[in-house]
Formats: sequence, structure tokens, C-alpha cells
Amino acid sequence: MHELSIAMSIVELAEEYAGKEHAEKVTELEIEVGDFSGVVIDALEFAMEEAVKESICQGAVWKIIPVHPLARCGSCGHTYHPDSLFQPCPACGGYGAEILQGEELRLRSILVE
Amino acid sequence: MCDTCGCGEGGETIILRKPGREGAHIHLEGEHAHHHEHEHEHEHEHSHVHPQDHRGREVVIEQNILSKNDLLAERNRGYFEAKKIAAFNLVSSPGSGKTSLLERTITAMKGKKDFFVIEGDQQTMHDADRIHATGVPVIQINTGNGCHLDARMIHEAVKELDPGEDSVLMIENVGNLVCPSLFDLGESKRIVVMSVPEGDDKPIKYPTMFQSSDLCIINKTDLLPYVDFDMEKVKNYARQVKPEMEFIELSVRTGEGMEPWYEWIEKNSGVLL
Repeated sequence: MHELSIAMSIVELAEEYAGKEHAEKVTELEIEVGDFSGVVIDALEFAMEEAVKESICQGAVWKIIPVHPLARCGSCGHTYHPDSLFQPCPACGGYGAEILQGEELRLRSILVE
Repeated sequence: MCDTCGCGEGGETIILRKPGREGAHIHLEGEHAHHHEHEHEHEHEHSHVHPQDHRGREVVIEQNILSKNDLLAERNRGYFEAKKIAAFNLVSSPGSGKTSLLERTITAMKGKKDFFVIEGDQQTMHDADRIHATGVPVIQINTGNGCHLDARMIHEAVKELDPGEDSVLMIENVGNLVCPSLFDLGESKRIVVMSVPEGDDKPIKYPTMFQSSDLCIINKTDLLPYVDFDMEKVKNYARQVKPEMEFIELSVRTGEGMEPWYEWIEKNSGVLL
């Protein structure tokens, strides 16, 4: 259940930025979660409900934006969309591709009042 | 309530304890207690505020959610490098034999290397007590309900443990093949320990953990005659996730295969990695 730590880090980060803007509340959060980030979106949704309580984010809505993976084969340079971390390159069958996207775990933006 | 000092802290509090000195312990504050610290303001200078619309002003952040952990992990790493401490993060599912591996390793190599140990566990002192019996300094981190160690816990534990120069710091993570994979502790190498009875498909069932590890120890090889476990298959699976993975097959119980592991420690310690 590391999603709760993640959710608390999101709230903490949002509080920090909201504080700099002298905002009274955060009304919306946009969060990017890659398919290979190791975070389960359903679990994160559940954890967020707890994490926002009694924080500046209480009552805020959050949008979780999934980021689908993109990889570049280390052997032939072919770029493809892998379904798993152990999927071979569809062009040459090689393993160990560089993951270009899909590992994101980022707070993209917030709306404050 | 904290069962040691009755301080009223709940189950989420992190506690550091040393064997033989259970009375003295340190509570790490909850993560929310730190939200007014602005130690790293310099890296947040680029936020952009957009004009107010009906839902409020937009603040663009574009920041990695685990950036605080990652920064602290880098700070730990810098400290380890400066003191030439080889820090190894041992991860595995529960029951793979991490603590037994450490007991046997420390007993065998004690004359050659200075060992320090950080034990991560949700509740008990059991593992720290076992390590304490080998005679090396150990500190227990009880994560309460937490399923992983993070860089802040290591930072605090290292301050207490004070490992010496040229030493080996073994960090036994909470038994869990999922959550610890996301949390960099500042270690020099991550070691995933698995055991033969767990089955040969572990690497593709928990790919994130195997992808982030440098060495895979396959323990309990004395049980190979009794279980369906294909050694080549497990290695192939692990290489699909991490082509450069190193492997050591051993049995902590019989001692077979321990030498290559001791050599690996020698090779990966006392030098800048």
C-alpha cells in the first residue's frame, strides 16, 4: 500500500506550491501516472481520498492522467509501445529497451484559490 | 498509542530501536509534520501561475512526486561515497532468507569487513536481535503500517548507527516485492533475494523490483530436488527485465555457494562505485 505514501507526497507537494502562491485552498490536482510507475491507479484514488482530509486540498478534485509506455530498443533503435517491462522488441526480438515514457509519477499542476 | 513510551503516537509512527536498548528509541515524525520545511526551495523556482479562471489560478508544477525521497536518497548516497561505505539494499518477499543470509555472511566475514546493519520491519525487533547476536552494530526501523523503507528513515537511522569508513552497510528492507522498488534509499547496489520454493516466475510477476536490482541471489538451492524450479528459466525471465543482472545461487542453510557471494561483497566494497 505504498499508494498512501505517494498520495501524501502529492498533497505535501501541492501544499508547498499553494503556500508560495498564498492560496487558501487547492481546488484541483492533475497527476500523471505511467503504466510502469509501479502505482495502481485505483489504489491511488482510494489513498487520495484519505490524504486530502484536513489538508489544504480537502474538497479538491483530482484528475489522474495515465501515461502509456513508449520504449526504444537498445539493439536496433526501433520505437514501440510495450505492454510489459519484459516484452521483447517487435522488430528484432531484443530485450533491455530504454523506457522513454510510462514511468511518470508527477504532479503536473494544481488550481488554487 | 506507542507501546514503548506511551506517548500517544499511532501505528503510523516510525520507530528506531537498538537491541539491548529498547527503552531508548526515536520516533520519526509523520510525513505531514514536515510540510513546512522548505529545505529545497531552489529546485522549485520555475512554477508558473496562469490567470485566474472560474475554478481558480493554475499553478504548473511538473514535478516528480517522489522528488523529496530522491533528493534525500542522493544525500545519503553522497555521504556513503564520501565515507567509502558500501550500502546494499536487500529486497525480497517475506521468508526468502534475508536475515539468515546476513547472519551467516557477517559471521563468516566479520574479520575482513566492518559490518553495520539496518533492519526494516513493520513491528518486531526479531531480526535486529538476531543480527545483534552476531556482534555487529544494528538498528531496527519499525515502519508501523508502512510497507517499505524510505530515504528519510535511512537518513535518521544512519545518524544513530554512525557506520565507520570503509564499512559495509547492509539494509534489510521490509519483506515485499512491490513497494520498496519505488523508493531509492541512496544505496550503492540493490540486491533482490529470492528462494527456490517461491517459483521461477517471480521476475516477471514483479518486474519493477527486478528491473531496479543489480544482483539476484537465489537462495535455498538445497531444496531444488524437492520443488519444480527451473534455474535457467528464472534467469531468462530476470534478464528479460534486466539484461545485465548478475546472479548468485546459494544455500544459506548448507553454506553451498556462499563463496561467490563473499567475493561479490569484497569486489563491491571499499571502492568508489
